[in-house]
Amino acid sequence: MSKFKKLFYSQKVAPYVFVLPFMLSLIIFWAYPLISGIVMSFQDISFGKRTFVGLSHYTKLMGDKFFAIAVGNSVEYMLLTLLLMIPIPLVLAVLMESRLTKAKGVWKVIMYIPALTSVVISGMLFRMMFSEAAGSQMNQLMTWLGKTPIAWLKTKWTAWIALLLLCMWRWTGVNMLYFLSGLKSIDTSIYESADIDGANAWQKLWYLTLPLIKPTTIYVVTISVYAGLSMFLESFMLWNGNSSPKNIGLTIVGYLYKRGIEKNDLGYACAVGMVLMVIALIINVIQLVATGTFKKEDR
Amino acid sequence: MARTEKKKDVGNHPIATGLVNLMWVVLCGLIAFPLLAGLLASFRPGRELVQNGLAINFDFTTMTLDNYKYLFGLAGGNSKVDSAKYFMWYKNSLILTILTVVLTLLVCYFIAYGLTMYKFKLQGLLFFLVIATMCVPFEILMLPLYQEVTTLGIINTRAGVILPGLCAASTIFFFRQYMQSLPKELLDAARIDGCTEYGISVKIMMPITKPAFASMAILCAMGSWNNMLWPMLVFRDTNKFTLQIGLNTLLTPYGNNYDLLIAGSMFGIIPILIIYLIFQKYLIDGMTAGAVKG
Repeated sequence: MSKFKKLFYSQKVAPYVFVLPFMLSLIIFWAYPLISGIVMSFQDISFGKRTFVGLSHYTKLMGDKFFAIAVGNSVEYMLLTLLLMIPIPLVLAVLMESRLTKAKGVWKVIMYIPALTSVVISGMLFRMMFSEAAGSQMNQLMTWLGKTPIAWLKTKWTAWIALLLLCMWRWTGVNMLYFLSGLKSIDTSIYESADIDGANAWQKLWYLTLPLIKPTTIYVVTISVYAGLSMFLESFMLWNGNSSPKNIGLTIVGYLYKRGIEKNDLGYACAVGMVLMVIALIINVIQLVATGTFKKEDR
Repeated sequence: MARTEKKKDVGNHPIATGLVNLMWVVLCGLIAFPLLAGLLASFRPGRELVQNGLAINFDFTTMTLDNYKYLFGLAGGNSKVDSAKYFMWYKNSLILTILTVVLTLLVCYFIAYGLTMYKFKLQGLLFFLVIATMCVPFEILMLPLYQEVTTLGIINTRAGVILPGLCAASTIFFFRQYMQSLPKELLDAARIDGCTEYGISVKIMMPITKPAFASMAILCAMGSWNNMLWPMLVFRDTNKFTLQIGLNTLLTPYGNNYDLLIAGSMFGIIPILIIYLIFQKYLIDGMTAGAVKG
C-alpha cells in the first residue's frame, strides 16, 4: 500500500494523474463522437435501428439541391466575413494604438460590449431593426433617404446586409482586440529606426506592421474561417427558426440541424457534418501552406 | 533629421486627432445603437415592437415601467406566472454558469499544470491532441454527442451540458501559455521543503496563476451564460431551460410575449455586463493570449 502511495506521489506518475481528465474527456467526448459520427454517416438510423448503407448518403448529398444552397451560403458568408472582419478591425487597431487616439480605454470598452450579448438577444434586436414594418429603424432610414420601405429579411441581398451587420456588430471589437495584442508585441524601437530612415506612416504600416503581426492575422483568419463556415444561430435568430424565405439563410450547420434534429435523419445529418469537416480542414491547410506557417516553425 | 520629422508630426496633430477621435465617437455611437434602441423599447408596450419594429424613439412622455413591472410579477394577468418562469430560467443560467466556470477552470488548470511542469513521454502527443480538438468544429460532434449523452442517461441534466465541454482546449492552452513564463525553480524549492507534487500544484502554483484564472473565468462565464445551441439540445423540460433558451421560446411570430421578451432580454445582459465592467482588464489579457504566440 505504501509502495503504491509512493508511486502515486512520484514525479513520474504525477503528470499522468494531472492529465488523466483530459485523456478521459478526449476519448469519451471527442474521439468517440467523432468516430461514431463517421460511422453514422454510412448508416441509416431510424427508431434506434441502424442499417449500413455505404456511400449512399454521400451520393445523395451530391444531388441535394438544398445542401448545395447551404454550402454556397456558408462559403459565401465565410468569404464576406473574412473580407470585412480582417481589414477593418486591423485598421481600427492601428488607429487605436496611434498617438492620435485619445481616451483609448473608453473606446475599447464600448467596442467590446456587443460581444457580451448573446446571439438570442442580438439576433432579436437586429430582427426587429430590420423588420418590414415602416417604423423599423432601417425603414425609417429608407424613408429618410426618400425611398420606400422594404421587407429586408425577404430578399437575399438585403437580408445579408442584416446578417453581415450583425456579425460586424458583434465581432469587430473582438477582432480589433486580437490585432491590438499583436501590435503590442512589436518592439517599438523598430519604428524609431524607421523614423530615422524617413519612412512615412503608410510605409511603416505596409512594410513593418503587417509582416510583424502575421501570426495574429493567421490566428484571426483561422478562427474566422471556422466561425464563418459553422455559422447557424445568427441565421436561426434572424429568421426566427430554421427556415428562411427561399432558404436565403440556410447554412451547412442549419441543414445538419434540420435533417438531424427536426427530421430525425441522423445518418444523413452526420454525412453533412463530415462534408463540413472536410471543407474546414481543406481551407485551413491551404491557408496554412499559403501563409508559410509549416515552413517556419514546426512545433 | 529625426527631430524635424517629429516636429512636423506634431504640427499635423490637431486636425488628424480631431478626425480620428470623431471617427471613434461615430463608430461607438453606431455600436451602442442597437442596445440603446432595445433599452428604450423595453420601456414601451411590446406590441409596438411587433407592429413597428425596433427604432430609436426618444419620446419619453409615452414611456412606462410596465414591462419591468410585468417582469418582476407586479402587474396583473399572467404576470406572476411569467415572472416566476423567467426568474427560474435566470436561476438555472446562474447555477449552470457558476458550475461551468468553477469546474472548467479547475480541471483545465490541473491538465495544463501536468502538461507544462513535467517532462514525460506522452507530453508532445497530448499537447498536439489539445490543438487537434480545437480544429474540429463542435457542430460536427453535436449529433453523435447528443446520442451519446442520451445513452449515458445524462440528457436533460446539467451534467449533460457541462461534461462534454469541461476540458476546453482553449482554456488549457491559455493556462499553459501563462505557466510557461513562470520559473520552474519554485517547484524544486518546494519539493526540498517536503511538499508533494499535488501540494505544489495547489499551494505554490495556483496563487501565482491567479491573473490567468481571472481572465479565463470571465471568458468562460460569458461563453456559458450566452451558450445556446448545446443546452437547447440537452434540456427538454421548460423548467430546466436556461435564460437564452427561454428567451428564444418567447420570440414567437404572434408577438404576444414581447413585453416580457424585450424587458427580459435587457435584464438578461446585466450580470455579464457587470462582470465585464469590473474585470475588463483581465478579459483583454485573456482573450488575446492565443493570438500572439499561437
